[in-house]
Amino acid sequence: MTPTITLSHINKVYANGTVALQDMNLEIGASQFVSLVGPSGCGKSTALRIIAGLGQMSSGQLEWGQGRTPKLAYVFQEAALMPWATVQDNVRLPLTLAKMPKREAMAAVEESIAMVGLQGFEKCYPRELSGGMKMRVSIARALVTKPDVLLMDEPFAALDEMTRSRLNSDLLSLWSQLRWTVIFVTHNIYESVYLSQRVVVMAARPGRVVADVAIAAPYPRDEEFRTSLDYNHYCRDVSHHLAEASLKGSDRDLQIVTL
Amino acid sequence: MMFWRQLAVLIVELQNLLRMGRINPPASINLFSNLSGKVSRSTGSRTRSRTISPPKFRPSLIRRVLSPDILAPGAVGVLAIAAWEIFVHVTNMPPYLLPGPILVFQTLISSWGELFPSLLVTLKVTLIAFITAAISGLLISVLFTQSKWIERSFFPYAVILQTTPIVAIAPLIIMWLKNDTFLALIVCAWIVAFFPIVSNTTLGLNSVDHNLINLFHLYRASRWQTLIYLRLPSAMPYFLGGLKISGGLALIGAVVAEFVAGTGGSQSGLAYQILMAGYNLQIPRMFAALFMITLTGVLIFACLTWLSNFLLKEWHESAIKREN
Repeated sequence: MTPTITLSHINKVYANGTVALQDMNLEIGASQFVSLVGPSGCGKSTALRIIAGLGQMSSGQLEWGQGRTPKLAYVFQEAALMPWATVQDNVRLPLTLAKMPKREAMAAVEESIAMVGLQGFEKCYPRELSGGMKMRVSIARALVTKPDVLLMDEPFAALDEMTRSRLNSDLLSLWSQLRWTVIFVTHNIYESVYLSQRVVVMAARPGRVVADVAIAAPYPRDEEFRTSLDYNHYCRDVSHHLAEASLKGSDRDLQIVTL
Repeated sequence: MMFWRQLAVLIVELQNLLRMGRINPPASINLFSNLSGKVSRSTGSRTRSRTISPPKFRPSLIRRVLSPDILAPGAVGVLAIAAWEIFVHVTNMPPYLLPGPILVFQTLISSWGELFPSLLVTLKVTLIAFITAAISGLLISVLFTQSKWIERSFFPYAVILQTTPIVAIAPLIIMWLKNDTFLALIVCAWIVAFFPIVSNTTLGLNSVDHNLINLFHLYRASRWQTLIYLRLPSAMPYFLGGLKISGGLALIGAVVAEFVAGTGGSQSGLAYQILMAGYNLQIPRMFAALFMITLTGVLIFACLTWLSNFLLKEWHESAIKREN
């Protein structure tokens, strides 16, 4: 049901000459959970924005399998909630914009809020919530349209470690039920290994893909996985690729640091 | 005029005091519930969370009156008035140079019959000009933000209108609208009042969270939907800030225009009373009229502050009471 995504030879050059993406090729299968990992400036967010249609590519091709553009949802690094609206109204926003009748919309909103475990907070305003809860609202808003593809741009980067790992587990359990295709941008190696089936490692200047690491560990992944030898092995592998990428890269600063 | 400023603070405080039914942040929110994973289901309704938590953050009325926020400026005001009265008595100041506060107050009461109708006239001009400024200011700002070209082309002229001294152009406007002095006064007050609203609201409409703009774009929101659901609510605090500035300015604009218009027309405002009192050396009466104008300005400001706090109380930092 969920479509595949194929990026072929995508280039993105900004007006000031910065090459954000150079010949990016990536194929993402249906219902896959893929992470894009890399240092800042490697174009991972740019790639995500291009997939979402929020940014234009300079050249290349973006293809959706099954020939149709799927329903997308996007989660930003900040919760990006409307401060004047309650949790309920924030979650309902995508449906309001799609002019869905209120009764139908409210049912979907209720379901979505329940999914992220925020029952009882429907009438609260964002300022009354903690950072983790705001992010849950943001995820509920993304899920309310029943999307096929979930694009997440460093969604938990601003949260503390405990909240982050809790949200990671919850995200995984939702994914195993609903099986969207997920593209998850992060700069956290451990998070990417814990969550994904594939970790795509990117390097900066110019932004490009340098490695594609398959994480073969089975789901559900519990807390035990986080301390397992396998997990450590994968983390080392990914971080090795990252270090290698910065060595090979044309970035002078990074080279000096590694010398 | 120190005293009037103190009085302004006092009145704003009083109005805060009288504001009832402030929201308490639902005390039942457990900030750690997202860590423990247990989210209580019984915290839905506001009334429910009220019954759970007694309104701790609402001190009693007497306590609030005795709070330093009210006591301190109140004391300063009383002292200043007393000093003024004493000064007038000690120096034997003739009332046509500086009347004492008691005399001013007595004059206010004895001339209430003439002053109050004048106040109503000025107030009418002020309110009509203010409401027109609020509506037209909002519409113009919305127009500005719909196209960069419209903003570029017309914003400088809004600035020019603002920087032209109203005293200088009021005679022209009054001459042009010869048949209708009342309308001329409104136009003058409107010119003074509308710019802060346009300027502030335009800023607000352009200060929308970029992530939210992206989100609206992603969900293919129309221009109209973006305006209604995103830009206008975002601009609300700015618009209300503009209103607070413009309220006082509309009053000043009305009084200045009345000064320029002089004694013309059957309906005469407070400026006319001040002028006449000045001609007749009835300085206490002049002070009484001045006091009415200032008090009106303070009341307008207080009302708009209340409106702003009422509309923003749920979400904007400016209207949220700190608990510590």
